[in-house]
Amino acid sequence: MLKKSHYIFLVCVVLLVWALLQLPGGTMGKLKLAISGLFLPFLSLSNSTHEWLGNASEGLVPKSELLRQNAQLRHDNQELQLRLAQDTQLWTENARLRGEVGWARQTRWRVKLARVIVRDPANWWRSLEIDLGSRDGLRANLAVLTADGLVGRLQSVGETRSQVVLLGDPNLRVAGIVTTGETGIITASASAPQEEGMIDLDLFTGASGARPGQIVVTWGEGGVFPPGIPIGKIVDIRPKEYGLSIEARVKLAADMGALEEVWVMLP
Amino acid sequence: MNWLPTIFVLAAAFVAVFLEASPGLFRNLLGAQIDLLPALMVYAALTHGLTTIVLLAVCGGLWFDSLSLNPLGASVLPLLLIGLLIYRSRDLLMREHIFAQVVLGVMAGAAQPLGTLFILLNKGTAPLLGWFSLWQWLVMAAGSGAATPVCFKLFDRLRRALEYQPVIQSSFRPDREIKRGRV
Repeated sequence: MLKKSHYIFLVCVVLLVWALLQLPGGTMGKLKLAISGLFLPFLSLSNSTHEWLGNASEGLVPKSELLRQNAQLRHDNQELQLRLAQDTQLWTENARLRGEVGWARQTRWRVKLARVIVRDPANWWRSLEIDLGSRDGLRANLAVLTADGLVGRLQSVGETRSQVVLLGDPNLRVAGIVTTGETGIITASASAPQEEGMIDLDLFTGASGARPGQIVVTWGEGGVFPPGIPIGKIVDIRPKEYGLSIEARVKLAADMGALEEVWVMLP
Repeated sequence: MNWLPTIFVLAAAFVAVFLEASPGLFRNLLGAQIDLLPALMVYAALTHGLTTIVLLAVCGGLWFDSLSLNPLGASVLPLLLIGLLIYRSRDLLMREHIFAQVVLGVMAGAAQPLGTLFILLNKGTAPLLGWFSLWQWLVMAAGSGAATPVCFKLFDRLRRALEYQPVIQSSFRPDREIKRGRV
């Protein structure tokens, strides 16, 4: 059924694909962003429809409900302004004390809001694309978070879009620290890798004081993630490798299944 | 060659990949995303030529991989292999029967992720795999099986709507007309 010319054609296609598979990571990332750029008109259309539907549904909210929400937001705003004033005072005091001791000064987080445009269609990865890129000052390896906690880091950055690897993906390892001071590495959950809200924390210390309910935050070692970003809460702890090390299951603070907008931490 | 059917198949693949990448119902409900490309490949391999099969495998695979953390090209070869295997034996397959379409769809939907994972593991990457992957695999196979007859129905309707319909031969022949009455 297949002629000789068909076989030559097929061999050429296979060789081309094999060459693509051998591309280095950076080039492949840029090529992927260029190809996925074909979906941009569809994404714009989808976003416009989403916004239009949102506006249409907002028109149905009664005025009394809007006034109630407005009053609540004013109240929250005043409370947050009071907290901010207190935090500013603490921040200044902290900077002065750090200067006296000779420690490095801490810098405030600079963040930029991004919208999630697509999620990974494959079942064996955890990643998504956002609508910010190098044009907005982004570069690879920046931390991505929500108000609840860490989400992931930028894997590849195009001009207008970037790919984010999420916590729970095998390509992302984060150094974490428990409130009691134990440190470890956050990895994809070995017991239930497909459960989006759960990850594992491999603790470095054998006799750990970590307990369920304690908070895990980023350690800051490694230079990718600044210290103190909330990661999640310990659910349970179990021995690993015949009791030589300890593994804690951590429930992520951020809801990975419902990500629509994320914050990118700028350098 | 009429390129219109090939363009329709490629457009369907493009929309399918876009829908798979959108946060959707299936992913939240079933815990797995259904891949529609194997179902499209079954349709293309049973009804179109080699060019359409290769174009679908290359374009569909690259579009899918561009939105995923898969290395670029990882989905192309399994799709191409599925298409070629069906194409080689399509004269023996009862392509009009829904049961045959479902079985082929299930087989293609089951083979596609296995082939991609084989390439990923050989490339040294470590995808998320566990016992739950079996469930995802079953959902993908069943989803592909269900989507294949839908593809056939959809494209058949499209073809009928856009192609010239064959002229129905009438049994009337003027030379056989019986003339009644006197000449």
